[in-house]
Amino acid sequence: MPNLKDLKNRIASVKNTRKITKAMQMVAAAKLRRAQEAAEQSRPYTERFNAVMSRLAASVGGSDSAPKLLSGTGENKVHLLVVMTAERGLCGGFNANIAKLAKVHARRLISEGKEVKILTVGKKGRDSIRRDFAKNLVGHVDLTDVKRLGYADAQGIAKDVLGRFDAGEFDVATIFYAKFVNVVSQTPTAQQIIPASFDTEEAKDEASTLFDYEPSEEAILADLLPRGVATAIFSALLENAASEQGARMSAMDNATRNAGDMIEDLTIEYNRSRQAVITNELIEIISGAEAL
Amino acid sequence: MADTMQFDLVSPERRLASMQVTAVQIPGADGDMTAMPDHAPTLTTLRPGVLRVEGPEGATEYVVTGGFAEISAAGVSVLAERAVPKGEMTQEHLDEMMEEAKTMYSTAKSNFVNEPGPVDDAAKLLSDMVAMGDQIGLSSKQPSL
Repeated sequence: MPNLKDLKNRIASVKNTRKITKAMQMVAAAKLRRAQEAAEQSRPYTERFNAVMSRLAASVGGSDSAPKLLSGTGENKVHLLVVMTAERGLCGGFNANIAKLAKVHARRLISEGKEVKILTVGKKGRDSIRRDFAKNLVGHVDLTDVKRLGYADAQGIAKDVLGRFDAGEFDVATIFYAKFVNVVSQTPTAQQIIPASFDTEEAKDEASTLFDYEPSEEAILADLLPRGVATAIFSALLENAASEQGARMSAMDNATRNAGDMIEDLTIEYNRSRQAVITNELIEIISGAEAL
Repeated sequence: MADTMQFDLVSPERRLASMQVTAVQIPGADGDMTAMPDHAPTLTTLRPGVLRVEGPEGATEYVVTGGFAEISAAGVSVLAERAVPKGEMTQEHLDEMMEEAKTMYSTAKSNFVNEPGPVDDAAKLLSDMVAMGDQIGLSSKQPSL
């Protein structure tokens, strides 16, 4: 049986842990609010952008002159997976879930005889992917120093991806991130960004309005497609940031609750042992008195 | 005929303006254009420049770079990659943007040797930046091309 002193120390240390997880939960809650706001702010841009893009894609997409970013390279051999995870852990299954989805995807592609290249964003994902696919890693983007996600960060990643595309390094690019559903659930998602896919069905009704294009439809499309990549990455980054904080918040909430349960159990055990000690002492005194 | 129309200016990071306006002067890639209510539906890309919005309560100006403007029956929406109210535009901002344009120009020059297209595009971007700097009264340190 552990002695009283040990138990007391354990209770104190679990209490400290609970304080820390509670604080982390509250910090995550505050950060989550900010991340959600940022995601909210970017939504009008993304929506309008995609609406215009799908309209343009619907009218130009079919022709042979369509830009490569839209129609693809005509091949489907080399896949680039952009895996976006968090820079920090302690957020439940968040990082693991994204990495798992990416790994499943990568394995499937490899078994189909395709070549897979992986670009990681966020060091947690890199650590996990490196274990299985070290030779497939082609690059890593570090966002550790970024306090507040800006569009410039997304542009940086997009530039990297587009540079590789122009150099003919891959045919298809897919991004992996966690879509924010609500605080307790984040869905790991795979989204293909190159060749870009837009919801062209919906756009066909809208396309009935005749637009003047300046300079020309093709030129606008060629100008906007690279921006579309950056936009997709930016909104994925924002979703990811919100998901990360949401996941951390619920993970820390659980941890706080577990610590509470543990303290309760330990306290009962402590009280029991204390009572046992007292009873023991009493028995000793009484039997001592009887012996006289 | 309607006197005003809906105007939205959004950047990826936030919505800068959403209001009723009488006219919007857009720095289009092929030249400035002013959109008033009932303008023909038009889609144009932007060059770096000053976007001037005239509303019932006077005019506001924004510095915008990269993106496009959509003029439709519902109104005008401008989607700019970077948009800053003119009053908040500082020398550092401009220097930073100039620096970016310059790097783009030099990389374009080194990457495409015999293709004038991308180099010309980058040169145009740079000169647009310079023109914009002059227009808003900030020195843009004319670079030598």
